[in-house]
Amino acid sequence: MSAHDFITGSYAPAPEGADHFSIKDRYDLFIGGKWVKASSYFQTTNPATNEVISEVGLAGKKEVNQAIKAARKAYDEVWSKLSGAERGKYLFRIARLLQERAREFAVTETMDGGKPIRESRDIDVPLAAAHFFYHAGWADKLEYAFPGKTPQPLGVVGQVIPWNFPLLMAAWKIAPALACGNTVVLKPAETTPLTALKLAELFQDAGLPAGVVNIVTGAGETGELLVNHPDVDKVAFTGSTGVGKAIQRSLAGSGKRFTLELGGKAANIIFEDAAINEAVEGIINGIFFNQGHVCCAGSRLFVQESIATPVIRKLQKRIGTLKVGDPLDKNTDIGAINSREQLSRIKALVAAGKEEGAEIWQPDGGLPRKGNWFKPTLFTGCAQSHRIVQEEIFGPVLAIQTFRTPQEALDKANNTPYGLSGGVWTDKGSKIFKMTTGLKAGVVWANTFNKFDPTSPFGGYKESGIGREGGLHGLAAYLA
Amino acid sequence: MPQLSHVKVDLLSCPTRRDSPLIDQVGVEERAARFCTRSIKKETKMSALKLAVSMLDVTTLEGADTVGKVSQMCQKALNPLPGDPSVGPAAAVCVYPRMVKTAARSVAGSVVKVAAVATQFPSGQMRLKERLAEVRYAVGEGADEIDMVISRGQFLQGEYRAIYDEIASCKEACGKAHLKVILETGELTTYDNVRFASDIAMAAGADFIKTSTGKVPIAATLPVTLVMLPAIEDFYEATGRMVGMKPAGGISNAKLALQYLVMVKEVLGPKWLTNEWFRFGASSLTNDLLMQIRKQETGRYQSGDYFTKD
Repeated sequence: MSAHDFITGSYAPAPEGADHFSIKDRYDLFIGGKWVKASSYFQTTNPATNEVISEVGLAGKKEVNQAIKAARKAYDEVWSKLSGAERGKYLFRIARLLQERAREFAVTETMDGGKPIRESRDIDVPLAAAHFFYHAGWADKLEYAFPGKTPQPLGVVGQVIPWNFPLLMAAWKIAPALACGNTVVLKPAETTPLTALKLAELFQDAGLPAGVVNIVTGAGETGELLVNHPDVDKVAFTGSTGVGKAIQRSLAGSGKRFTLELGGKAANIIFEDAAINEAVEGIINGIFFNQGHVCCAGSRLFVQESIATPVIRKLQKRIGTLKVGDPLDKNTDIGAINSREQLSRIKALVAAGKEEGAEIWQPDGGLPRKGNWFKPTLFTGCAQSHRIVQEEIFGPVLAIQTFRTPQEALDKANNTPYGLSGGVWTDKGSKIFKMTTGLKAGVVWANTFNKFDPTSPFGGYKESGIGREGGLHGLAAYLA
Repeated sequence: MPQLSHVKVDLLSCPTRRDSPLIDQVGVEERAARFCTRSIKKETKMSALKLAVSMLDVTTLEGADTVGKVSQMCQKALNPLPGDPSVGPAAAVCVYPRMVKTAARSVAGSVVKVAAVATQFPSGQMRLKERLAEVRYAVGEGADEIDMVISRGQFLQGEYRAIYDEIASCKEACGKAHLKVILETGELTTYDNVRFASDIAMAAGADFIKTSTGKVPIAATLPVTLVMLPAIEDFYEATGRMVGMKPAGGISNAKLALQYLVMVKEVLGPKWLTNEWFRFGASSLTNDLLMQIRKQETGRYQSGDYFTKD
């Protein structure tokens, strides 16, 4: 019988093709509407194979200055003078062009970042387009969004985005900034620059005036140069809490506006009166979506003690059916870990979990030999004092704790410096209200998890960040 | 209370609503949709298509059914793709009780089973006594399997015990014949009801649970099947007894059939991937499966004229 026989075998490979478009061998910096040579270049690799895909420019002080100058010029001479309706037209055009090239963006995102094509195709790219559409609609209605005020743009915005949702984060940042009349200098993450650079191609195709969006690639130093530049009026950052704190310190007293969207350690709380099979599915999606590289991932599971055994058994069974492997395969559920560095961070925390006495469980089956991989992992017998419960792992690792009463669940869930997201699973409506009101988190989902929509504000409490992105609150962050 | 020799003593009681897990509609529908994104290609697709053919309950349930119609349909079930013995035969033919004798004669000596709908199919609105008599009649005529309907009216009136009893009585009346219990999920309406009715049916001795009669507007759907499959899984874990699943009605093309099979594979596992434990109740599905098999073999779609219409 064949290895891919339906009954006993695995599904035959179904890779998404990458031959209908090209990725250039080298990308320059996108400044003032043109591709500008950098003084040096660095490589970007495919984390599923560790093969080099392309090389991109490393923006130094000179290039960052040049980009900010171009953004200022575009702001003063063009973009701040355009009517909202005209700005909206560009954004609609960008959204439509993105939809037209959706497959190319999805494949590029998956190759550069390691996430499964199912996610980049069904979530990242459509949601990125939705952000452009949504904000295009607001561009000429800002006065209605904030009645009684005359909303004004801030000027030049410096934006630094992470590697977990490269295109989506770019859309999330650029769309509201432009809709509100600001111009942008964006720095994508160093491991995942390609979709942002392809987005620059799309801006050219859309005829977006030169300098309205500038894209400078590089690592932390490039970001630092951008954030600390005196001619930047606002900083928008998504990334780790450590870097977020450093940015906040450096911005103190500068008068710059800022929004920070940082780490998280979300509690997913499941009660004995929950729809158990759907809750298990939600827990799976909550932690294994995008290999757990999600700031709002449901990485702590609180399960009511009375149902802990069946929930854990069902979780294990379900994890056994998750397919880990080639991110370009349409049947892959869990792709590659984004970088070697991130993989070693995950491994270190998992080792700490074992050492501290939590019990580890991983499914049978091997992993591909080339590339960066980590098996979906459960820890049972966890306590609040364990590092795997306290620290953000940013990988496919779930720490499971039990609780007895709603109050105990709330106390433990809130007992963390983070406060980005949370989840509550119960069929009882009154319990949903009690729990969601008590959870100190910016986003709380009830009987679902990891749902995103451009109309809904997103952001954190405590060390998970300041400010909101998306919805009316997100618009307000780009207006004076 | 009939003698229930087929059920273990600890299963004799009728489940209550509290025994059945709650179902979240949004979650079930989302999960069902995700199965549809599985990409089944090449040899996996070919083997799944052939498997689907072997799981068909080739069905005719019309007032106009005649000896001629039924015996011709049986030929199709025996030999779906003439000239290619690797395809088929179907699992069973499914007919009204009056047609059982004809069907049994037509498929005699083959592996194809004869299933009869009974118990005042499709409404079930008759006294239990007559409904049981119908079951005995169909079995006496040669039916290997009985597809009964539950009394949805009584279920919706809250008379759950009556549902349990009627299923147990039918099982008794079946003798050696297998019992498939049609829940008519389109009339039970909520997923919570479907799950509870599944649990009652299995506890009362059902060999199969089946979604629909095909006679009401809403028949089998992927989400409703995804409510019933975990019920089967939970029952198996609790009792060690396997129960089969039969979605019926509205499964008219191969793509959808494969989505059902993917769901069975990933929820219940390969043990359920035989026609002993999974069936499709369908009439027009057969030829689309055959057309897709030919397409896989030749790379081209062939005219409908090349597929027999019995």
